[in-house]
Amino acid sequence: MSDILIRIRDREGKLHEVDASTDMNMNLMEVVRSYELAPEGTIGICGGIAMCASCQCYICSDHPLPEKTEDEEAMLSEAFYVNDKSRLGCQIRITEDLHGLEVELAPEGA
Amino acid sequence: MIKTDILIIGAGPTGLFAVFEAGLLQLKCHLIDALPQPGGQLAEIYPKKPIYDIPGFPEVLAGELVDNLMEQIRPFQPGFTLGERAETLEKMDDGTFVVTTSEGTRHQAPIVAIAGGLGSFEPRKPLLDNLEDYEDKGVAYMIRDPESYRGKRVLIAGGGDSALDWSIYLAEIASELILVHRRNEFRGALDSVEKVQDLKDRGKIRLLTPAEVVALEGEGALERVVVRKMTEPAEDIRVELDAFIPLFGLSPKLGPISSWGLEIEKNAIRVDNTLDYQTNIPGIYAIGDVNTYPGKLKLILCGFHEATLMCQSAYQRIHPGKKYVMKYTTVGGIHGFDGSKKEAPKAVVKTIE
Ligand SMILES: Cc1cc2nc3c(=O)[nH]c(=O)nc-3n(C[C@H](O)[C@H](O)[C@H](O)COP(=O)(O)OP(=O)(O)OC[C@H]3O[C@@H](n4cnc5c(N)ncnc54)[C@H](O)[C@@H]3O)c2cc1C
Ligand code: FES
Repeated sequence: MSDILIRIRDREGKLHEVDASTDMNMNLMEVVRSYELAPEGTIGICGGIAMCASCQCYICSDHPLPEKTEDEEAMLSEAFYVNDKSRLGCQIRITEDLHGLEVELAPEGA
Repeated sequence: MIKTDILIIGAGPTGLFAVFEAGLLQLKCHLIDALPQPGGQLAEIYPKKPIYDIPGFPEVLAGELVDNLMEQIRPFQPGFTLGERAETLEKMDDGTFVVTTSEGTRHQAPIVAIAGGLGSFEPRKPLLDNLEDYEDKGVAYMIRDPESYRGKRVLIAGGGDSALDWSIYLAEIASELILVHRRNEFRGALDSVEKVQDLKDRGKIRLLTPAEVVALEGEGALERVVVRKMTEPAEDIRVELDAFIPLFGLSPKLGPISSWGLEIEKNAIRVDNTLDYQTNIPGIYAIGDVNTYPGKLKLILCGFHEATLMCQSAYQRIHPGKKYVMKYTTVGGIHGFDGSKKEAPKAVVKTIE
């Protein structure tokens, strides 16, 4: 199985190029946590059920992404610092067609 | 002053189970939690979701697990200080600790067990200039006393269960109730959504959607807010009111605990995992999600294990030198502080003729 490359800008503005595996049923929030790109306890608080928005990020490339579910829409409508590029990282599964994806983490407390 | 043997900070599953293990050793416990109800993350984030990795329970709802824990510890009569955050910790000359809450409630114990999970659950505040200037002067994030809104003009913002439920409740008490949400869709129990619809149709709730509060105004206290309709951003609405209650959920913050002189690493408290989960301050333990050590896993079952070993160590500190051998509950039974008794039924010894 293959890994894909993802570019992630952390909350301090630092850019990280990381490999993410497509065969571990991982989502974007979990990739960020596995590389510890945001301090423990500030991301993934709800474990990935679209209930906290701590994993909010901005998508900066035009990769085809899964549609937002009802739950994701609802959570984003109650989150802060939201814009058109906002997505919940935990709702984005790592698949091969996301190779080269560029994202930026939303500020803490989003 | 509330006095106990083990003062537990955090009433999540770890803190609750610690009461049971302490009870087996005849030690009394008192718990403090910022949430108004016990259960920690299980109660606040996912009460209606199933858990599949509690040993012996192929499937159990988080809320049910909390109910079961409460039932299991009932004989040991734990005390609770709920809806208050543990703020300061002082070490006394006699070696005991005094913990004071945000509301000034004082607790004293020879042992403190921090079972604070990801931290104390605090309201998420919307990003509005001068919001903090109006706190307790018209702005509230939690409803402590619904009666205080009687006859008042109240505006609630949010689109989840708590926004819906409080709108329903306060619609009957407030003179005017306005509900503002960024979308037309609400996320909550079907029953609540239908009730709000009905209250709206009967003119008891004024719904402003899709819209958001963009500014707060008032001399000294909140007098009005500016609401922007997403559909007509040019025509901001000024709403005169007495109370603005933003309900955007809660998020955990380690908060005051991080300044108690404990070793903090990765937003968690470093403990000795080779022995008893004690922190760098003797007499203070950290158990469950709130601690860290090599290989740490934030799981309920790990919190249960840590609570069990912690209680044994606490017993030794409270009764130094006292000889003790762990007894199985099947063998020793449960002797509650309330006088209740549970015991395995005796086998019958009878001749068969
Ligand atoms: C959606 C979701 C699903 C999960 N699924 C599972 C699963 O399937 N299996 C599993 O094992 N685990 C699961 N978990 C993790 C599990 O919920 C946690 O491991 C568990 O809640 C930790 O328990 P705890 O008692 O240590 O802390 P918590 O449950 O976090 O409770 C800590 C409590 O301490 C309080 N507190 C903290 N600081 C203070 C203070 N200063 N003053 C007052 N109160 C304070 C907080 O308000 C909180 O109520 C899941 C978590 C989530 C979010
Ligand atoms: S981790 Fe909570 S919404 Fe994604």
